[in-house]
Amino acid sequence: MAVFNLNINGKQQQFDVDPDTPLLWVLRDHAKLVGTKYGCGIGQCGACTVHVNGGAMRSCSLPVSAAADKKITTIEGLGEKGLHAVQKAWLEHDVAQCGYCQAGQIMNAAALLDRNPNPKDEEIAAAMDGNICRCGTYIRIKAAVKTAAENL
Amino acid sequence: MTKIKTSFNRRSFLKVSAAAGGGMAIGFSWLVSCTPQSQEDVLANTITPPDEWFKINGFLKIGDNGVTTIMSPNPEIGQNVKTAMPMIVAEELDIDWANVIVEQAPLNTQAFRRQIAGGSQSIRQSWEGLRMAGATAKAMLVSAAAQQMEVPAEELSVSKGKITHEASGKSLGYGEVASLAASMEVPEEVELKNPKDFTIIGTPTKNVDGLDIVTGKPLFGLDVDREGMLLAMIEHPPAFGMKAKSFNEAEIKAMPGVKDAFIVSSDPGEGNRGWTYANNAFPQLVTIVGETTWQLMKAKKALKVEWETFGTLESTADHEISLEKTLGLPIEEPDRKDGDPNAAFASAAQVIERTYQAPFLAHNTMEPMNFFAHVMEDKAELEGPIQTPEPLREAASKLLGLPAENIHVMMTRMGGGFGRRLYGNFGMEAAAISQRMKAPIKLIYTREDDMTQGTYRPDYKVTYRAGLDENNQLVAFEVKGVGTDGGPIFADRFPAGAVDNYHAENRTKESSISTGAWRAPRSNFIAGAEQAFLDEVAEAAGKDPIEFRLELFDRAQNNPVGEDNDYDAARYAGVLKLVKEKANWGTETPGIYRGVAAYYCHNSYVAQVVDVAIENDVPKVKKVWCAVDCGIVVNPEGAINQIEGGIIDGIGHAMYSGLTFNEGRPEQSNFDKYRLIRHTEAPEAIEAFFVDNGINPTGLGEPSLPPVIGALANALANATGKRYYKQPFVQEMEVLG
Repeated sequence: MAVFNLNINGKQQQFDVDPDTPLLWVLRDHAKLVGTKYGCGIGQCGACTVHVNGGAMRSCSLPVSAAADKKITTIEGLGEKGLHAVQKAWLEHDVAQCGYCQAGQIMNAAALLDRNPNPKDEEIAAAMDGNICRCGTYIRIKAAVKTAAENL
Repeated sequence: MTKIKTSFNRRSFLKVSAAAGGGMAIGFSWLVSCTPQSQEDVLANTITPPDEWFKINGFLKIGDNGVTTIMSPNPEIGQNVKTAMPMIVAEELDIDWANVIVEQAPLNTQAFRRQIAGGSQSIRQSWEGLRMAGATAKAMLVSAAAQQMEVPAEELSVSKGKITHEASGKSLGYGEVASLAASMEVPEEVELKNPKDFTIIGTPTKNVDGLDIVTGKPLFGLDVDREGMLLAMIEHPPAFGMKAKSFNEAEIKAMPGVKDAFIVSSDPGEGNRGWTYANNAFPQLVTIVGETTWQLMKAKKALKVEWETFGTLESTADHEISLEKTLGLPIEEPDRKDGDPNAAFASAAQVIERTYQAPFLAHNTMEPMNFFAHVMEDKAELEGPIQTPEPLREAASKLLGLPAENIHVMMTRMGGGFGRRLYGNFGMEAAAISQRMKAPIKLIYTREDDMTQGTYRPDYKVTYRAGLDENNQLVAFEVKGVGTDGGPIFADRFPAGAVDNYHAENRTKESSISTGAWRAPRSNFIAGAEQAFLDEVAEAAGKDPIEFRLELFDRAQNNPVGEDNDYDAARYAGVLKLVKEKANWGTETPGIYRGVAAYYCHNSYVAQVVDVAIENDVPKVKKVWCAVDCGIVVNPEGAINQIEGGIIDGIGHAMYSGLTFNEGRPEQSNFDKYRLIRHTEAPEAIEAFFVDNGINPTGLGEPSLPPVIGALANALANATGKRYYKQPFVQEMEVLG
């Protein structure tokens, strides 16, 4: 066990955990931020996507030791003042079916728009390819990303 | 206006009213505590909370300011009943949808009927009851207003939660009469609206949990957290046909964060761990209980279990042989026989025979199986993702030795169901672990646990034969199918009834692999096979595939063979004609290859046209056109989302997915090896069209999936010049390597 300083959603917090604990489980079990989801544990489905220093990362495969002292943003902190444009677009297009993967999809989409504010259809699909939606909401996700791009 | 007796639900209303004591109900306090943030947020963001709630019946309570809470009775697995079912209540209640808060109801067999998510039946089977719940409450509110205004109830009119007496100009809001209404007698008869007066039903309405979903609120079973709660993980045998003998208990118990480790049994004695006897492959599990997920995952990795083999360890090669062998057995008693198929085949001018096959599939809900259980001396609380809460309670009652009425079951929102959560073995396991630990626990499956101990879609194989006469009329049709735990054929479905000489025969093969319902059971295979076959028969007859099918529907409608045909040929033809028109069938677009299919299942009719292009040497679905007849569409927004999802699900599994076995061990255990459809592979567009016929609504969670596999196969055949007979198609595609 070791103490790690994490900056989560702008708040500095300390956690006494094993250094190899994936960030996902620090968020869910210790910080009680359960918006970030467990889907596969091997970085294949994208349900656990968070931002680390602004970039999309798979929190299930990122040891807490590698996240220490970095700026972590989760779905709970994405909209600093109210809802983020991506979240609003998700509501406008009524994207979710079961909703389980959507936090990861939204975090990945927000990171995409950060580095590419006007992605083409195929750029959206390619950038989002690591995020599985078992309900098959891919068409709505694509539409929502385009709406968010217009409104950002 | 339709007057309808309320006897259907009267008893339950009376019981609930009596239990509420004098009509005032603060009820559901424990329920609200499940999702405190969610409720507060909704209230804070959009709706002013009332000071007091009044429970009118089991479905709804009205606040003193008119805000109304409607309970959604059925489990929500992403099929969006949590929005659609309360919309139906709100419609008959005549309230502004913006003033409605929706809450998930717990299992409550006194207040609700059929709290199941399965068979696309939630809307169809609850339609009348939901309408009556709203209409009954409205009648009680109007009676109360009449009493308060001292005017006859007949002179009152209602609009959006406001009761008006036109002659005197008096009006009262629902909130102002809710207290009195709660004590009114439940009417013997109520009036239901004429569907043409619907204002909420038929209006595209957003998912009631949408805001909570996009802001990451705790909604799912895995998000359940309680004071003093421990976590539990399990290790099941690596192969079907094995069980645990012993494990390195002392070593595991000594690991950091581990509270206990043991082998637990969740078999209540009859093998039935919930809805059915399916998924009973692993009733005994190695269990580790601890404080944090990661510590448990590490302990799980450190397990050294001695497994013993008690059954046959089957491989996919064995399954191939047993499918082939069972299918090749001599003809037995058919499920249905019309005319004289043998003679008709013997005299046919042309006979076409084709065989289709599909593998086992895992459900792979994005949220792995999990459940919370708190078993106490005399009662228990079970909470989690379950499609069949009542059978879980019955089985848990036997397992725990507690009366069913002392077991409280709450359904969380589910990260997908697709049939997997019909089989509540994980709920039983959580209950057994909590009882042993004498503590509240949450059981968590890893993805690998989830994928390798499923109730899989069975493997299937089917052989079709069709006989055409010299005029290219279909005169003989034979279908023989086999699957694990039951064949895939619905003997009374199309084309039964459209062919004079018909033979349908289901065969079963046994397997140690546990199987169960997977989104649109049996239809998810047979529709694709049948529709691909009919395409080849149409081709052999030299007919357009839509015209060929329409001729058969015409025959089934005007001069049906037999009396037990399980479909309405006119509605079947209706969706096919609609999709033909909308997709401009018959027009050629350079580079676009088309396929068509139509299918009826779960009481709804669907016809689809799939447009495929070859891009970078790989087939790509450009667009799917989908015509649907599900009667009245309650929520067009949610309905179209279900249609899109079913189509993408069908295309994905037919193209890419399959579970194979090696000596009883599933060979895929995570998404690195088990391929699911992804963004780049999804169709670029889907357009849905509804038949507007005012018929009572039927389900949409499943019906758009089965036919798309046939339409896809037919489009791929046109695009690549090769027919596809064995799923996943990607394995048969040289272009995809």
